[in-house]
Amino acid sequence: MTSDTHRAVEIKGSMFTLPVLRLYSADVQEIGETLSQQLAKHLAFFENAPVVVDLEHLRDDDGVLELSTLATLLRCHQLVPVGIRHGTEMQNAAAIAAGLAVLKGGAVPTAVTKKQTEESPRVEAPVLAQAVTRPTRVVRQPVRSGQQIYAQGGDLIVMAQVNAGAEVIADGNIHIYAPLRGRAMAGVLGDESARIFTQSMEAELLAIAGNYQVYEASQPATLRGKPVQAYLEGTQLLVAPLL
Amino acid sequence: MSKVIVVTSGKGGVGKTTTSASFSTGLAMRGHKTVVIDFDVGLRNLDLIMGCERRVVYDFVNVINGEATLKQALIRDKAYDNLYILPASQTRDKDAFSKEGVGKVIDELKESFDFIVCDSPAGIERGALMALYFADEALIVTNPEVSSVRDSDRILGILSAKSKRAEDGLDPIKEHLVVTRYSPSRVESGEMLSIDDIQELLGIKLLGIIPESPAVLQASNSGVPVVRDDDSNSGQAYQDLVARFLGEERPMRFMGPEKKGFLQRLFGT
Ligand SMILES: Nc1ncnc2c1ncn2[C@@H]1O[C@H](COP(=O)(O)OP(=O)(O)OP(=O)(O)O)[C@@H](O)[C@H]1O
Ligand SMILES: [Mg+2]
Repeated sequence: MTSDTHRAVEIKGSMFTLPVLRLYSADVQEIGETLSQQLAKHLAFFENAPVVVDLEHLRDDDGVLELSTLATLLRCHQLVPVGIRHGTEMQNAAAIAAGLAVLKGGAVPTAVTKKQTEESPRVEAPVLAQAVTRPTRVVRQPVRSGQQIYAQGGDLIVMAQVNAGAEVIADGNIHIYAPLRGRAMAGVLGDESARIFTQSMEAELLAIAGNYQVYEASQPATLRGKPVQAYLEGTQLLVAPLL
Repeated sequence: MSKVIVVTSGKGGVGKTTTSASFSTGLAMRGHKTVVIDFDVGLRNLDLIMGCERRVVYDFVNVINGEATLKQALIRDKAYDNLYILPASQTRDKDAFSKEGVGKVIDELKESFDFIVCDSPAGIERGALMALYFADEALIVTNPEVSSVRDSDRILGILSAKSKRAEDGLDPIKEHLVVTRYSPSRVESGEMLSIDDIQELLGIKLLGIIPESPAVLQASNSGVPVVRDDDSNSGQAYQDLVARFLGEERPMRFMGPEKKGFLQRLFGT
């Protein structure tokens, strides 16, 4: 380009993290019921998020998947279906006809999710890299029993206690500069490099990218009440003293 | 400026109504014009503890529905003429509470009272939400046990999210911790949580500790709030609590095990 005149449009490559909805049934009504019953709580985190529908686990005898009906269903659940992957030739053609993209993300291994049942559709690990911007959410008030805080697209910083029965959730890391007595879930869209930090480890549950650990009142014995960080090694969730 | 104070807990049976009765009576004893409202529709018992159950003609719901005026429904206390009770309905259901209806009554009360004390029902349903919605301050009544502390935590979360002050973006509701049914010997034996434990878990300022005492039951049976019983430790504890609420410094009493008197030691009671 010689002269830098006004441009109306430009094409750039960018990588995004997209949640994947993996189907185990071609029955749109059944999928709808699962979404509104078992997954309703999780769906709240993904409000207006783009999702990719993964058809790898559909069998031939599951019948024909009505892709345009499915797309409408997902939109009713505040999701934005952008495409499918692992479709058959017929399904790919139907996707294009329904205005959906056909993604070739098959090479990325799926994250192994510990202690999670396999029978329902669920959101799994990221297809590609991290999202581009990562706004941080800062909370200064105590997070109390029954409350839930979600930092979408980034880190969460809590300057006060997170009490038993409360939940703090982030797409990125979670920092708590006070005791953590409730549940903390970092990297919920599948970021396995996410970490959780707290001034005093008294958590009921820690999770990173879907790998979770539940703690009894006296666990972990040596780190209870201490400043710690939690991180993933493979699919193993480790808790180590800070410093 | 009048103040609306909710007495709430989440958990049932922890001492909200006992506290509402003694707190409002204590404020009146110190010269403040006070009204106490029973939000426990269907299970009303504030009027019993205040000793005015026979004089209930109209109730809170009648006023909301325009079936009676406030003047008709308010009951004046027998002992203190600056203290009034607005009883709950025993027959209506909780749906009678609308935000507009309750708000109108509270606004009207604000014109003539210094303090409006709202006795909340247990739970986190409509009655409890309405009792806390208009509050400026809150007494969080907690027993020294894990389930009660957990429910108080829950209520604190609701205060900070669902009250009018929260919705309007005003200063948050001022929260006070009131630990009731406190038994030093059971805390010492590890059966109950200590004051330090409770404060650490909830992270709010302690206003008072009310010891477990048979005087409370006697007081409610006779319809005289225990705060008027100068001889009982729980009565004195409520008097201290009211004084602290009004800005006085008073040391916390009744935290240690009761010292046995000479005669008691002698006879081993
Ligand atoms: N300090 C105390 N010592 C002994 N008994 C007490 C004390 N405080 C409250 N009680 C008793 O506990 C019971 C419940 O008290 P109260 O009715 O005040 O609780 P509440 O929180 O209002 O209950 P609800 O949730 O049903 O409205 C009553 O029998 C009361 O006499
Ligand atoms: Mg009560």
